[in-house]
Amino acid sequence: MIAFWILAPIMVAAALGMVFARKAVHAALLLAVVMMSLAVLYAVQDAPFLFVVQIIVYTGAILMLFLFVLMLVGVDSSDSIVETIKGQRLAATVVGVLFGVTAAVGVAQTTVGAVVGLDEANADGNVPGIAVLLFSKYIFAFEMTSALLITAALGAMVLAHRERLSPKPTQRDLAEQRMRDWAKQGKPLGPLPTPGVYARHNAVDTPALLPDGSIAPTSVSRVLQVRGNMRDVSKDLTALDEPDKES
Amino acid sequence: MDPTPFLTLSALLFTIGAVGVLVRRNAIVVFMCVELMLNATNLAFVTFSRVHGNLDGQIAAFFVMVVAAAEVVVGLAIIVAIFRTRRSASVDDASLLKY
Repeated sequence: MIAFWILAPIMVAAALGMVFARKAVHAALLLAVVMMSLAVLYAVQDAPFLFVVQIIVYTGAILMLFLFVLMLVGVDSSDSIVETIKGQRLAATVVGVLFGVTAAVGVAQTTVGAVVGLDEANADGNVPGIAVLLFSKYIFAFEMTSALLITAALGAMVLAHRERLSPKPTQRDLAEQRMRDWAKQGKPLGPLPTPGVYARHNAVDTPALLPDGSIAPTSVSRVLQVRGNMRDVSKDLTALDEPDKES
Repeated sequence: MDPTPFLTLSALLFTIGAVGVLVRRNAIVVFMCVELMLNATNLAFVTFSRVHGNLDGQIAAFFVMVVAAAEVVVGLAIIVAIFRTRRSASVDDASLLKY
């Protein structure tokens, strides 16, 4: 019961945070908090199998899938504040609070009778107990889930499949494109210069030096240049000019 | 252990999830709120399993998890497919069937 009173406020707070979180990634992480706490509550209530399944399937697989799709769709795709139906938010909140109060009061007023506990059912262990039920009484439902999973996997593949509209460029096409770029725009034919060849470092933020001592701008990634993370090589240059002084 | 607090918590989480589904506009967050509702019912299943002293409730929770996994796979695939054509994950944008 101690675990419950510690985890319940955390879970409610995380769930509320999920509803109010601006960014979808934060909502996903708060959902992970709720699911982990739920897993602990399962363990407290003599359901070790569900405890493990909850962590593996929910926090492991489903939440990772959510984060994957979030990254695919774009992390910063935030909610639109515009209400398409007037007053919908307020009405939803009011109805939600009413529903919550009704459900909570209803639950609080019912008596569930004496708690039997799972000591007898879990006598051979929780996993064997579930297995016996799953492969006898619920065997048909269990077989149906296999059909469901295959259907879901196929459905996801069909939905995510995209027909290629233009033919895939072959190696020859790419080579010809490269030659065309060189002839028309003067782009280099070979690879770009590697960073830091003539300086004294080979880190990616060190620009390569041309024979006349100037910096080869294409040798450092454009992203690093924009961020201003390019290494200052002037000190290296003076050291190169007077090698004996430094040592 | 008294089962009532567990059931109350389950009802609370279910409510929060339902409000989230109604209030949020981002399809992925709406989906996460649906998951929260499923999880809340799972908690009630496990609690009742303990109250009644048999494992049927835990099996029901297990099946809910399996169906939820299948549902998430298909649902997210639909969201990705809609995002590809509309460049938006908002539930308000996919409203062409209305007209």
